[in-house]
Amino acid sequence: MERISYKDDDQFCSGHVACGGCVEALALRVIINAVGPDTVGVVAPSCAAVILGGHPMSSVSIPFIHGTLESAAASASGVKRALLAQGRPDTTVLCLAGDGGTYDIGLQALSSAAERNEDILYICFDNEGYMNTGGQKSSSTPLNAATGSTPSGKLTAKKNLIEILAAHRIPYIATASPSHLNDLAAKVEKARGIRGTKVIIVLIPCLPGWGVADDSAVKTARMAVEAGVFPLIEVTDGVNYSISESARAQPIEAYLSLQKRYSHLSRADISRLRDNLDQERGILSRRAGDSGAEA
Amino acid sequence: MNAMSQTQGLQLLNGNHAVALGVMLARPDVVPLYPITPQTPIFEKLIDLSEKGQLVTELLTPESEHSAMASAIAASATGVRVFTATSSQGLLLMHELLHYAAGARTPIVLFNVNRTPAAPWGFWPDQIDSLSQRDTGWIQLYSETPQESLDSVIQAFRIAEQVKLPVMINHDAFYVSHAMEPVAVPTQDQVDSFLPPYRPEMYLSPETGCSISAPLDQKSWNLSRRQMAQAMAGVGDLVGSVGQDWGRLTGRGYGPIEQYRTEGAELVFVTMGSMCGTVREAVDALRGDGIRAGLLKIRLFRPLPEAALRAALAHVPCAIVLDRNYSPGMGGVLHQELKSALFGMSGPPRLHGLLAGVGGVSVSCATLRKLAAEYLLAAPSPDPVWVE
Repeated sequence: MERISYKDDDQFCSGHVACGGCVEALALRVIINAVGPDTVGVVAPSCAAVILGGHPMSSVSIPFIHGTLESAAASASGVKRALLAQGRPDTTVLCLAGDGGTYDIGLQALSSAAERNEDILYICFDNEGYMNTGGQKSSSTPLNAATGSTPSGKLTAKKNLIEILAAHRIPYIATASPSHLNDLAAKVEKARGIRGTKVIIVLIPCLPGWGVADDSAVKTARMAVEAGVFPLIEVTDGVNYSISESARAQPIEAYLSLQKRYSHLSRADISRLRDNLDQERGILSRRAGDSGAEA
Repeated sequence: MNAMSQTQGLQLLNGNHAVALGVMLARPDVVPLYPITPQTPIFEKLIDLSEKGQLVTELLTPESEHSAMASAIAASATGVRVFTATSSQGLLLMHELLHYAAGARTPIVLFNVNRTPAAPWGFWPDQIDSLSQRDTGWIQLYSETPQESLDSVIQAFRIAEQVKLPVMINHDAFYVSHAMEPVAVPTQDQVDSFLPPYRPEMYLSPETGCSISAPLDQKSWNLSRRQMAQAMAGVGDLVGSVGQDWGRLTGRGYGPIEQYRTEGAELVFVTMGSMCGTVREAVDALRGDGIRAGLLKIRLFRPLPEAALRAALAHVPCAIVLDRNYSPGMGGVLHQELKSALFGMSGPPRLHGLLAGVGGVSVSCATLRKLAAEYLLAAPSPDPVWVE
């Protein structure tokens, strides 16, 4: 049993409109409290934008501009430059977007901000599809997962955004999970202390989008980590990989069986997913090196 | 001391470099820029001024005009003065965010160099790029000369920041953007006395925690447009008073429209941008020929100064609208706007809509004299006429 001990200064309020049992709200609470009050936020159209609240209400005590879907990182850059012009270099700029706004339509703006190494903290809530519009595939949707636009399962693999970002040689990239909240808080706090572009990808099992039981989102997120599907890693300067959590304590079936989006899989499909996982794990291990980088 | 002696004297500048000097004097805090022909000399001059330390600003050079405008909006919403510049394809790529900037009430000043949009590809003066953005909520000014472009940039910040609406200033590709003429460059002290620092009452700040542009209900969205309408309603007068203030300071006054030799006119050309220069020459020649011709130059296109246009054309029997743009299936945009502005007017002029200079084709003084003779007494046609 892990004791959850992240700080909470009530920067995220109850009464928001996330689905009951949604772990994005949980992750948001940890992140918003970890960044602290001296922060200006940008949010792309996404579940996060809905959770933050409709005008004139807000579920957070820090200011957000609700920008456009494809320009989250560009908007964050604009906020940062304005703060610099105002003589406020230490104010954190927090940028929130979904995987659609990050892997797909917002990738160009994110790549540009990363290339300029803009001093922003970019959080991607990765629920592996356009869940806010009812559940269509994005380029983050994994192989075989059923969505509204891939009813028989997606035919291609999830885009590897970490490697894309690493190729930009930005100072900090990490993955995090709502099943490991202390790790999430620690990564946010660490990122806050680094100047330049920081990106944290947080896995968000979507209750309706993935077909997960209302009480099982945390469990599903934990299984993703423990089955090795979503290893918790850090990449500094684009080249130094370290794996903070990937116990591989669970078989992949333990993860897949919690979700309706995989209910159509055959044994052959599952076998192929297992093989792919082994291959990806091999690549990641080589990147991290074999010298005890794994937790 | 006369106005002229308060300036640094005349400099030989092309339109784009005049714009860049105007921007420098306006002291913007953040300038996101993406290069595009024929805007590039604005871009390069601003970079040069920044390198030399004459322009102190946060220059941001993202991967597209779309990101440039997104950055501009976010920076403006954070409470600082923002400038950007583009042309044609770049402006069209910004389209989504032009709506956003106006709706978010961010007083950005954008300079657009009017250029033909693809397809087919072309790099020629044509105003359809900006005219097709008329419903986005931006104030639009059209400039005839490098001097007017410089002066308008500085005035635009005062207009934008007072009504909390973005301003787009336009001048024609090459005819103005790259043509050189002597320009009076005001001093920094003059501009500082005219344009105070931008101090908005509301902006993104950790101290207030207030968010911007969050989703809202139908009634509130509707209210946002009513508030924009209210702001727009005051723009015509404001453009006039700001232009007069500038005139007191520099000797060069401006208004929403300009009338050239329209007294007792039997024929008035109505147009915008660089075409006005040729029309002035044609008007002088026609007056010499005994035809009482005049020019009604529209400087403020959005909001269209309808009352001023009606007053200017009140006793004019014939008006010829020259459109350097074409809205397929409709005609010239300015012609349509004029028809709308004059609707219900008693004794309106016979209004002719001529598609002159579409795609950057040259319209000479001789052509205009010929058109005047042809249309002076002709019955107006509701359909647009292509000028050969």
